[in-house]
Amino acid sequence: MSAPEETRAAVLDRIRAALGVASLDHARRTAVVRRLERHPRGTIPSRATRRGEERVALLTDMLTKQGADVSRVPTQKEAVGAIASYLGTCNLPPRLRMGADRVLAALPWREAWDIERSFGRAEPGDRASLSRAVVAAAETGTLFLVSGTDNPTTLNFLPEAHTILIAASDIVGSYEEAWDRVRAIYGQGTLPRTVNLISGPSRTADIEQTIVRGAHGPSRLLVLILG
Amino acid sequence: MTSTPAASKQGPLVGLFVTCLVDLFRPSVAFAAIKLIEAGGARVEVPRAQTCCGQPAYNSGDRQDAIAIARQVVETFERFDYVVAPSGSCAGMLRLHYPRLLAEDPNFAERASALAAKSFELTSFLVGVLGLTKVDAAYEENVTYHDSCSSLRELHVREAPRRLLASVEGLSLVELGESEMCCGFGGAFSVKYPDISTAILDAKVRDIIGTGASTVLAGDLGCLMHIAGRLVRERADVEVRHVAEVLAGMTEDPAIAAPRQKR
Amino acid sequence: MGNGRQDFKTDAAHALADTALQKALQNVKRGFVVKREAARAKLPEFDTLREDARAIKDHTLSHLDLYLETYERKVAESGGSVHYAPTAADARAIILKLCQEAGAKLVTKGKSMVSEEIGLNAHLQAAKIEVVETDLGEYIVQLRGERPSHIIAPVIHLNKETIEADFRRAHHRLPRERRLDQAQYLVAEARKVLREKFLAADVGITGANLLIAETGSSVIVTNEGNGDLTSTLPRTHIVIASIEKIVPTLEDAAIILRLLARSATGQEITTYTTFATGPRRDRDPDGPSAYHVVLLDNGRSEMLGNEFADMLRCIRCGACLNHCPVYGAIGGHAYGSVYPGPMGAVLTPQLQGIDRARDLPNASSFCGRCEAVCPMDIPLPDMMRTWRERDFARGNPPFSERLFLKMWAYAAKRPLVYHALANAIVLFMARRAGARGRLSRLPLAKAWTGTRDLPAPQGRTFHSLYTRARRRGRV
Repeated sequence: MSAPEETRAAVLDRIRAALGVASLDHARRTAVVRRLERHPRGTIPSRATRRGEERVALLTDMLTKQGADVSRVPTQKEAVGAIASYLGTCNLPPRLRMGADRVLAALPWREAWDIERSFGRAEPGDRASLSRAVVAAAETGTLFLVSGTDNPTTLNFLPEAHTILIAASDIVGSYEEAWDRVRAIYGQGTLPRTVNLISGPSRTADIEQTIVRGAHGPSRLLVLILG
Repeated sequence: MTSTPAASKQGPLVGLFVTCLVDLFRPSVAFAAIKLIEAGGARVEVPRAQTCCGQPAYNSGDRQDAIAIARQVVETFERFDYVVAPSGSCAGMLRLHYPRLLAEDPNFAERASALAAKSFELTSFLVGVLGLTKVDAAYEENVTYHDSCSSLRELHVREAPRRLLASVEGLSLVELGESEMCCGFGGAFSVKYPDISTAILDAKVRDIIGTGASTVLAGDLGCLMHIAGRLVRERADVEVRHVAEVLAGMTEDPAIAAPRQKR
Repeated sequence: MGNGRQDFKTDAAHALADTALQKALQNVKRGFVVKREAARAKLPEFDTLREDARAIKDHTLSHLDLYLETYERKVAESGGSVHYAPTAADARAIILKLCQEAGAKLVTKGKSMVSEEIGLNAHLQAAKIEVVETDLGEYIVQLRGERPSHIIAPVIHLNKETIEADFRRAHHRLPRERRLDQAQYLVAEARKVLREKFLAADVGITGANLLIAETGSSVIVTNEGNGDLTSTLPRTHIVIASIEKIVPTLEDAAIILRLLARSATGQEITTYTTFATGPRRDRDPDGPSAYHVVLLDNGRSEMLGNEFADMLRCIRCGACLNHCPVYGAIGGHAYGSVYPGPMGAVLTPQLQGIDRARDLPNASSFCGRCEAVCPMDIPLPDMMRTWRERDFARGNPPFSERLFLKMWAYAAKRPLVYHALANAIVLFMARRAGARGRLSRLPLAKAWTGTRDLPAPQGRTFHSLYTRARRRGRV
């Protein structure tokens, strides 16, 4: 096996030969740099331009069709109540894994004093978890969750039941608007280790095209829209 | 560059592209086409120096022969105001593929484009160019219509034959369940991969029988011979004809693969 | 899977006779086709998005070297490593080395067609590394020692009874009395068994639906979440992706994602779409500590410069398979390739050579449905025809085919010869058919008459009738 530098050069040279271009072609390089800087948008579906309550309704509708349970909670107190009752609905013990997210920490947990909360990454024995999405795109009911100590990625996949909190004001229409939000928080031209776009509970249709929930990820997803 | 219709009180001059299948197997289709084109107000000539559009060579990868045949067709037909074929696949060959085949030939590139612009499948010509909206024919049967892949996807012909069939007295059209599906003919494909071709054909045949129609029509003789060949092998009671025959009121001849009637 | 022409025809014949497969193909064909159409109807911008997507890919491919360089730089900035693999053998060697350096005994895998293309699993297993596919369909074909039969739905060809039998055979700790007669029980069993593997894996290997130059990210789409458990839990995450998967920006990815699931299964979006960028950061409580991307060429750079460049726009949605009458008749295994259906008919000869793969582009009726539904506007029938030209130029078609074609072309270029011969032939055929109007048997025509009658000609050619009619003033 050749050295990495050689194989790299081999592939790139082959590409340039096939395209009939030179490596130091200034115009091409400029075109690429500019496009990356501008990151222009393409066609945005008209459904993504809905505003206000219509937009929330679209998110709710899409998520519900994709198998999630969706609840609108006007206050933080009701949010906690919804979480507690979801655990009951799912027949799960009142135990919840979550991250260090400050918004989640600031919820009035005394209203559900019997919920035993543990923090950090999900462990194999965890059956229920709670995360917060930084933004959601209503166009397909898609929540954007970001890795880190605030909302560890494993919370999204290991437990059976996952609850995601999203502020109504963090719901945008299109993927493009969502990425702009992410860029505003995390910087340009870079991303956190993982961004999960989640649009429903885990499912598979591999067996005779029959839809079954909980293939490997959570079989139940509750989305709480706060505010 | 499209040539404008001949400034003549007799209407534009159409060169009939007979197609090899019609020429060999079912001349009545060409006679029906002539009748329809003349009913639409155009004149028809049939140049004798025509044989085939070249698809067999083209689709078998024999580009050289396809180019040679294409040049021949361009030379023979370019003098006409329009070229009309009772076949979506042959019309598609002239319209879409000739310009590509002859793109590198400085003597023929422009001429091929010019020919392409004035080449048409029969029903789309009658409706779209001659403005024919109805025909003077009667056919009291339940009829279903198979859209050939070339007509549908290369030429976007769908409404024209239906428009004309709607004007045929006594005819009622029932649509196939899956009209977008191929019949499995595909030219030489039908004999190079006969098992697969027949399996695809069987789905089409089930669809046709499922409509309950007594007759199936189409605008391509290749599809029709393929379909008829299986219907009759399976002893199904469905007649197969080219749409031109019905539109021209020329249905006295036996249907495709049907026995000669005793007079 | 064998080389040589005979395998395709034999495999196709078996597939046509396989009633269970035929039943599965019926259901699935209609399901995906109907669902895609419904998804399209719900998105008025669908066709405009296709134009956008095509433009994005065309721009990217014409600047592929530069976007790869940018991508590589970004991956390094995020703490990951990029490895270039000119050939399949290079990719296998690189990945094996990375696994051995990680001390891997168990590797979990997300679904990756590219990993099948390079034969990765067998290579790792030969080095005594256990490899477990985690996409449910891929897991099942792995148990069966088969290839997937569809690039999106690997076990579309199996019914649940067969899958139950496979589980009972392979899952040694499965009690006899456990119910597995419904899809939900099979899924629950797979979840249980695979959960252990996810947690124990040393290395996770995934493919990538997209690579993003702007951020140095790899993107995977799944409904199950297996790709995420594969990439997040082990210490090392390896991404294997072919070089044409790259797009410039997050906005470009958004355009393609709007088309991908809708074209594949009719879903508006898959459950999980994950953007992975490098190994865990300083304050990450989970995630892999090493992130490697293996960029595979294996013929793609060659395609950039030949008539098959448009094929590099393919996003592997499978819409062409779902709408193809040939795929719908024979299923995926008969193609003898990792990539079946129309996209396989174009890609496989590039990977295997036209001599070995010649049946794939030849076994098409050119109905054109594939091209009509392709979200990336790839002219698949045209490219299959180009392969036929190469095939013909190499003298591959059987002698009888080439002879017949030569004779046909000879006559077609000489109208007088043609008309004379034609008259003689149709007269002969019409007489032989007689009043029956059709021929059930005819010399040299067994390929047709085996299953179909041949309608009799009317007896004379049109040209001779027309000439006669003109002479008689009747036309």
